[in-house]
Amino acid sequence: MNILSAKNMKFVKDPLMDNNPISVQVLGICSALAVTVQMKTAVVMSLAVIFVISFSNLTISLIRNKIPSQIRIIVELAVIASLVILVDQILKAYLFDISKQLSVFVGLIITNCIVLGRAEAFALQQKPFASWLDGIGNGLGYSMFLLVVAFGRELLGSGTLFGYHIIPESFYAAGYQNMGLMVLAPGAFILLGLFIWLQRTITGTVDE
Amino acid sequence: MEHLISLFVKSVFVENILLAFFLGMCSFLAVSKRVETAIGLGFAVIFVQTITVPTNWAIHHFLLAPGALEWAGLPGVDLSFLGFISYIAVIAAMVQLVEMILDKYSPSLYAALGIFLPLIAVNCAILGGSLFMVEREYNLSESVVFGLGSGTGWALAIIAMSAIREKIRYSNIPMGLRGLGITMLITGLMAIAFMSFSGIAL
Repeated sequence: MNILSAKNMKFVKDPLMDNNPISVQVLGICSALAVTVQMKTAVVMSLAVIFVISFSNLTISLIRNKIPSQIRIIVELAVIASLVILVDQILKAYLFDISKQLSVFVGLIITNCIVLGRAEAFALQQKPFASWLDGIGNGLGYSMFLLVVAFGRELLGSGTLFGYHIIPESFYAAGYQNMGLMVLAPGAFILLGLFIWLQRTITGTVDE
Repeated sequence: MEHLISLFVKSVFVENILLAFFLGMCSFLAVSKRVETAIGLGFAVIFVQTITVPTNWAIHHFLLAPGALEWAGLPGVDLSFLGFISYIAVIAAMVQLVEMILDKYSPSLYAALGIFLPLIAVNCAILGGSLFMVEREYNLSESVVFGLGSGTGWALAIIAMSAIREKIRYSNIPMGLRGLGITMLITGLMAIAFMSFSGIAL
């Protein structure tokens, strides 16, 4: 079997645009927006979510024939929670500052609807490798929104990217000011709303 | 007492769990289309949140925190890494329990809440409330008040949102912005409105 076959690439590409978990399936907006004030935290959060969703899909797909259907939700939650504990312990050991900034939001990956949603909708029916790719694809589709929102919020809100100053001093001298609203919660909602508008105009999705 | 009232006001308005911390967005977006269902879910969240935060406080305080097992003669044991999996198990069990009790004693309320009750188990606001309680080191009375306050704040936000969405149903909104897009923009405006409470301290 060719790993880069068209069918396998479709599992990864589809969730990026046409079936994006955030803008089309409307899943998993919870918990994530709060980490989009800076690019750095958004990147770490994206990697954590991609890791959890791909391996939870893989694990659940491997044991899909053994899970009794009445208790499948609790089995899925146990798998996801164990993976999240793993991520949390790794972050605490190697990236302590960032793990402090992410605070409770790493733990909230457990209740991120994308992870449970993909486990329910995809991993319970499909082969392990396809499920793993689907997890990667959905993780990337989610990260795309997270990173775009973080890019906008950090650039407009603090004039920096990854902590480096991007807006030149001469702009500030000429009267440019950072937009304080972007650092606060409403900025994230409004930016995300605008990006969803843009993305849906490109893909032509309309919901009634 | 004053301190508890101030915590309640803070968790309902100033640090609204939905509008300031983005928790519980999934069900907020999915269930805010009609006012009645929003009210039902809002009250279910208040109820479950008020029970689970103190229960998780007890789990954290007597079982998981560093040195918490002293009463069992194990002062050196630190089980705090088991936090996430225990809290989510407590939440799932509590939701199940609430469902069974309601089914037995109040079938009308049970029927009204319907599918939303089990869905609360994966509502980020519930797990988030427990995690904030641990991170901010609340005591028992504070955790009861915080659970009640954050649940009320969430209910307030979803009920207000569903009322707005019923009103805009017939508005002429640009195609790509319909549904999710406009809801996010309105949520942003609501969050700005709630921020005006931020000077309040009792």
